[in-house]
Amino acid sequence: MKLMPCPVNGLRPVSEFFYWGEVRPMPDPDRCDDAAWADYVFNRNGAPGIKKEWWYHTPSGTWFIAERDTIRDEVLRTWLHASPEAEQQ
Amino acid sequence: MPWRLLRFALSRTHPEPRMFTRPARLKPAYDVVIIGAGGHGLAAAYYLARDHGITNVAVLEKGYIGGGNTGRNTTIIRSNYLTVEGVAFFDESVRLWQDLSTEFDLNLFYSTRGHFTLAHTDSAMRTMRWRAEVNKHLGVDSELVDAQSVATAIPMMDMSCAGHAPVLGALYHAPGAIARHDAVAWGYGRGADQRGAEIHQQTEVTGIEINDSGVVGVNTTRGRIATRKVLCAVAGSTPRVAEMVGLRTPIYIHPLQAMVSEPVKPWLDPIIVSGSLHVYVSQSARGELVMGASLDPYELHSTRSTLDFAEGLAAHMLDMFPFLSDVKVVRQWAGMADMTPDFAPIMGKTPVEGFYLDAGWGTWGFKATPVSGKTMAHTVAHDANHALIEGFNLSRFGRYQLTGEKGAASVGH
Repeated sequence: MKLMPCPVNGLRPVSEFFYWGEVRPMPDPDRCDDAAWADYVFNRNGAPGIKKEWWYHTPSGTWFIAERDTIRDEVLRTWLHASPEAEQQ
Repeated sequence: MPWRLLRFALSRTHPEPRMFTRPARLKPAYDVVIIGAGGHGLAAAYYLARDHGITNVAVLEKGYIGGGNTGRNTTIIRSNYLTVEGVAFFDESVRLWQDLSTEFDLNLFYSTRGHFTLAHTDSAMRTMRWRAEVNKHLGVDSELVDAQSVATAIPMMDMSCAGHAPVLGALYHAPGAIARHDAVAWGYGRGADQRGAEIHQQTEVTGIEINDSGVVGVNTTRGRIATRKVLCAVAGSTPRVAEMVGLRTPIYIHPLQAMVSEPVKPWLDPIIVSGSLHVYVSQSARGELVMGASLDPYELHSTRSTLDFAEGLAAHMLDMFPFLSDVKVVRQWAGMADMTPDFAPIMGKTPVEGFYLDAGWGTWGFKATPVSGKTMAHTVAHDANHALIEGFNLSRFGRYQLTGEKGAASVGH
């Protein structure tokens, strides 16, 4: 069983988590044009790399960010969205 | 040692290998470069040569022929999709499949088995009825059948599925078939090779050169090639190649795993799919049960397998077929599925002149091998999208006109 480090609950089986995709800045829907909005809605960075991703620990209701290598499937670190560590990003 | 064998061993002029020639070096220029020698890429090369007379073609493969998703799928062929675009496209593919063994003079073990998509809930029954009606309207042989018909066709199945998912009925698709997947790549490869296309294995594309007029060349680990047309048919590596021409796509990569049991006596004729139990299974000509489930739950660019997958799939198999409890799993593997938001492929011309995509094949690519090759060859030869793939163009996302192929893979999404 693969383990995922939750910033609140420590190492837990990855089956307790839900993956919600890469952290991406949202353009202002009132100001951007249709093309920019479609790009945000549909297009993804599908290439491999070290990515920052949203994850959710279902039993405890914790949203957090994980930095993960998508080739090696290694979680490098995780932190809560609003933590001081996140501010340094 | 027989004299003939000895003479062969000492001879300096060996005959060409049985399936393919291995061209020694890349030419400096080709009319078309196809990236990826899987079923799709080789089929496109085959139809470019056969139907359009374009034979100055190089198919570049970073690994070996058919070593990607062509050799990693569960070989199911069907056309009982849900959208008009999907049904028309896949139905043409089924028609092409049926003649391929004869055309290649190579046994693909194409075997029409019938395909049951089980419904365990009222809402699933409603969806099956919907798919059956769409299929019938478009001339595809599909019907909704009741639980009794399922029990008669698959007498070995526990119709209650261990008591927690009783089968209420199924969508039955008589043309559903399986085939030997490696042979499909070999057949198309040999056919393309005999007609003059070159297949270069262990040749990785490292970059694509473009200027204001579009594609001008391809850089590989074995040198540069000048070309005006590049067809990208690389499934799970699509985002990497698209990045080389600065193209953004909605494609994201999740692994799709599968496994096979040891060979057992023939007992399962049809192909069985259960969306609720996340299982699809058929019995190969060798007697192995070929089994698959849903996509892995998160993005990964790797073909590793997991014990979680094998355990979960085995548990659901036993819900349906408890007598298999002593049968052993002998292999498991994964492929990288290039998923799209609407579960339809992304095919045809792109904003980059001379760069054509045959991608977004997610969990539904193998069955489309012949028709994708045929339509992409047409698209590349005429620099205009084939009518059957108009609904699958990359530009649909910019127009918010998704195809919405919910019948794509019967499980997992």
